[in-house]
Amino acid sequence: MEFIQSIKPILAVLIPLAVIPVLVSSGGRPNVREAWTFIAGILSFALVVSMVPAVLDGNRIGLTLFPIAPGADIALSVDALGMLFALVASSLYIITAMYSIGYMRGLNEHSQTRFVAFFALAISATIGAAFSANLITLYLFYEILSLATYPLVTHHQDEKSKVSGRRYLTFILGTSIGLVLPAMIWCYHATGTLEFSAAGIFTGQLSTPSATVLLLMFVFGFAKAGIMPVHTWLPAAMVAPTPVSALLHAVAVVKVGVFSIIRVLTGIFGVELLSSLGLGGLVAFIASVTILTSSAIALSQDEFKRRLAYSTIGQLSYIVLGAALLSPKGMTGGILHITMHAFGKITLFFCAGAIYVATGKKYLSQMVGIGYRMPVTMTAFLIGAMSIIGLPPTGGFISKWYLVLGTLEGDQAVMLFVLLTSSLLNAAYFMPIFYKAFFCTQAEAMFERKFDEAPVMCVVPLVITALISFIFFFVPQPFLKLSTLAVTGFTGG
Amino acid sequence: MTELFMLIAAKYNYCLYVILMMIGLYAMIAKNNLMKKLVGMNIFQTAIILFYVSIGFKHNATIPIIMGDHGHGGHGAAINAADYMNPLPHVLMLTAIVVSVATLGVAMALCVKVYQRYQTLEEDELRMRLSEKIKL
Amino acid sequence: MIHYPAIVVIAPLVGALIAGILSFVEERYAYPAALIATGISCAAAVRDLIYVAGHGPIAYHMGGWAPPMGIEYRIDTLNAMVLVLITAIAFLNLAASWPNIKQEMPDRSPSFYAMYLLFVVGLTGVASTGDLFNLYVLIEITSLSSYTMIALGDRDRGPISALNYVFVGVIGASFYLLGVGYIYIKTGTLNMAEFATMIPTLQDSTTILTAFILCIVGVFIKMALFPLHVWLPNAYSYAPVGFARIVAPLMTKVMVYVMVRLMITVFGLDYIFIKLHIADTLVWLGTIAILAGGVMALAQTNLKKMLAYIIVCEIGYMVGGAWLGNDLGLTGAVLHILNDGLMTFALFLAVGNMVYKLDRVQIKDLKGLFAKMPWTMTGFVLAAFSIVGVPPTCGFFSKWYLILGAFKAGAWHFAAALIISSLICAVLFFKVFEVCFFESPDTHDGHGSDTHGRHTTVAIQEAPAISLAVLGIAGISLIVVGMYSKTIVVRLIWPLLSS
Repeated sequence: MEFIQSIKPILAVLIPLAVIPVLVSSGGRPNVREAWTFIAGILSFALVVSMVPAVLDGNRIGLTLFPIAPGADIALSVDALGMLFALVASSLYIITAMYSIGYMRGLNEHSQTRFVAFFALAISATIGAAFSANLITLYLFYEILSLATYPLVTHHQDEKSKVSGRRYLTFILGTSIGLVLPAMIWCYHATGTLEFSAAGIFTGQLSTPSATVLLLMFVFGFAKAGIMPVHTWLPAAMVAPTPVSALLHAVAVVKVGVFSIIRVLTGIFGVELLSSLGLGGLVAFIASVTILTSSAIALSQDEFKRRLAYSTIGQLSYIVLGAALLSPKGMTGGILHITMHAFGKITLFFCAGAIYVATGKKYLSQMVGIGYRMPVTMTAFLIGAMSIIGLPPTGGFISKWYLVLGTLEGDQAVMLFVLLTSSLLNAAYFMPIFYKAFFCTQAEAMFERKFDEAPVMCVVPLVITALISFIFFFVPQPFLKLSTLAVTGFTGG
Repeated sequence: MTELFMLIAAKYNYCLYVILMMIGLYAMIAKNNLMKKLVGMNIFQTAIILFYVSIGFKHNATIPIIMGDHGHGGHGAAINAADYMNPLPHVLMLTAIVVSVATLGVAMALCVKVYQRYQTLEEDELRMRLSEKIKL
Repeated sequence: MIHYPAIVVIAPLVGALIAGILSFVEERYAYPAALIATGISCAAAVRDLIYVAGHGPIAYHMGGWAPPMGIEYRIDTLNAMVLVLITAIAFLNLAASWPNIKQEMPDRSPSFYAMYLLFVVGLTGVASTGDLFNLYVLIEITSLSSYTMIALGDRDRGPISALNYVFVGVIGASFYLLGVGYIYIKTGTLNMAEFATMIPTLQDSTTILTAFILCIVGVFIKMALFPLHVWLPNAYSYAPVGFARIVAPLMTKVMVYVMVRLMITVFGLDYIFIKLHIADTLVWLGTIAILAGGVMALAQTNLKKMLAYIIVCEIGYMVGGAWLGNDLGLTGAVLHILNDGLMTFALFLAVGNMVYKLDRVQIKDLKGLFAKMPWTMTGFVLAAFSIVGVPPTCGFFSKWYLILGAFKAGAWHFAAALIISSLICAVLFFKVFEVCFFESPDTHDGHGSDTHGRHTTVAIQEAPAISLAVLGIAGISLIVVGMYSKTIVVRLIWPLLSS
């Protein structure tokens, strides 16, 4: 278990950033521009992958960039948890790049260069957050991500985007400046350091009330994790073009939120401190409320993307719940769900976007009988939905399985009940979509039974992600290994 | 009470100049006409200058110029500093007077510009004219 | 090698003389003369900084006369940093504002350059001097040149704003002068370092207390600390662009430097914090200044006025931070002098570009600016993020130290004010961004859901290249200075505090 100095982490972060000027200057030649996006995505993915063997061996790779204050530097460090997240983000960036070509060109969207450039910035910030060695580096990339995604969310520049953009900023920037910043400085003031350490950084400086307040400041401060009541920005952000909703609000932005919460729980507070103060139960309770409420709200949503948004809110709280269980299996399940949910949810968002490109429909009530027109899309939808619900043979089953084992391990039957109920609710809001798409009479169907799929560049990515979700059931590597490794690190072996 | 009177009697110069300062300050703030404000400003600054000059005063002392032989300094007779008033505040105040004059000049030039533009130097009228301009 | 401290101040002075003469003889050479003068000054300041960081403070005696007879210029790491800031901004601003000056006052530009150089003389002198009375003179030089230059701006409101500034400024400077008078009465010296050796024995004297109060109030008036700030918004909004860009970042910050100098070197931290019990009150005053500045900025419809009130808010940061009573607070305040100077410079550079193209900067006039002036807006966005305090821009790092200092001192109200003002600034700037991003230029507001193919490409009408280049330099420096914060703090600020 050693610490290897390498510039690979910073290169992985900088490559999407460095390609931005090239993207801007090749704006007039779209094919060249998209080619550069792919090059950047593949390069950074390759860099991330190249570090996997070392991390699986139990080592950490990293680099200190520049110091801010004693005990707080801007530094990168790749460990198992960060590696898992970075793999998810960088791989899905490539796939989303492909998808957005199909989507944006299919709809003849404006300002595509701006879109692509800010997308690259967002991915750069995501990878940076994944590789952060301490809380202040994480905060830096978190803020950059918030600001980089604003032009993406408000891409359409109309009145609805303006209102949603305001909500987005209020909840995300307001909580990070108003809650996370003071909480972070409080930590530094109390302990003199902000490094993510295996047993947390506190050595008895916190009383139970202060620890509770601090923890809540972090949990609600990282509003990207969608914990209620600071979740309102997520449904509002669905005004964005679907590639944005897909990658950022199923994968990058929201996962940075839960990732940050996990880092704080495990690296700043530490598993031991949390269980001795009984705070795990508090976080688990908050997460459970979010899971159940969001799943219930999802049932009532007719707009496809909004239903997916509320589903995402619920699934994110699964991850937080897993971490809050503080038992090894539970935490493994939560961390693994980062991956499984990412691939599953992105499939679903891709489907929603493909349907919009092909038919212009956004509302589920308008999509009766669409299965015959777009069978590939709807089959992929089925697989993605099964992964989110947690049914075999999809990857989501594995993470849910670990979560259930985790609740049993920790003797938390209430949480088991929460998990099972919410799985039922998930089925309740996903299955009817599939049912109505295929099983309806000729009279009810709103579409001709002619095969007329979305553009190829839209369909291929969603097939890929659906297939990966399927394959994960059989071979959940290296993600399962990374999750277990991460958890071993937190619980001290 | 008597101590207060004794104090004032002993340092009457300072009190006088502070009163002068307050007169100037009052004029700057309360008067409506810009020229009167300027005059108040000048009174205020002059009061401070006088204050400084009076610092250098000593009883039974003469002006700080060394009389006598025009040779190479008065190396012969030792000079008793207590016999001469302190020249340093005077010197400082020369600079301050220059600053005061320059400020007065600039302020007057500004008043001329204001008058050229608005044909009035009364502050309330100016305020009204400016708020009208905003409404336009 | 020995005379660099003097060169920093004298080069612009000589330049002013030459520019003044040239304005009668050959107008075209006034601008190059000004550029060369500020360039020399900047080079000398940089050299001083490098020297002082390595070798310790320089004590330069003007004309070879030793204090207390002569005037001493004392350069330590604090001054050197401020001097580099002043001269660099002066130089870059001259380069960037040439198109603006030509646009706003084509017939009077040589005199403008001469006054500008005198202003720089004043600022650099204030930052270099080690003599209390010399400080008064140089503050007045600065103020006088600023009065005239403000009057060159807006034809309707410039002279009046300048006149109001004259009145308030004179009161402030005169208070300071009076304070120095009291110090002279008690100690007989005007040299800062010498007075510092005397003050331990004089701590109980009411004269010194009066002197301190008068000096500090005078400086507060000059730095526009709430509620003595009333002159600032009008003065800075109606000044010509070329001047607003240098006065807004520097004038008040240099006065903050004077306050810090009075606190650290002249009266000494022992006297200030142990003997006097006003620190808490001043931290409260700083808190109120922050909140008041932020709230008043929210109410503004003119971009320049909004930025002026943000300056009032930032002054609150520095005053509150300095009076917190611990190292971290002072570090934050001093670092913020540097950072705020840079941020405000970048902001006003961007706004000046907008004025060059649009002539009016009411916020509702800024429609569609992201499309029309993308580079200017990029610089504006960076500067805005620095004011909000987003890492890795420099604004975050001074906020870090200030909040940390507030926690350490238990000044929760100040920490809360800092956080709230970050949020207020975020709201302020995003209000502007929304207008620039969402509304299309010169037509109706966007009312309609799907505007998918309706976006016409807007032609880019940017400011001149030189202004953009300087804005680029300023923007990049925001990030670079942020990244090197620790170096700055460790090598420049902490040696100052430990001595």
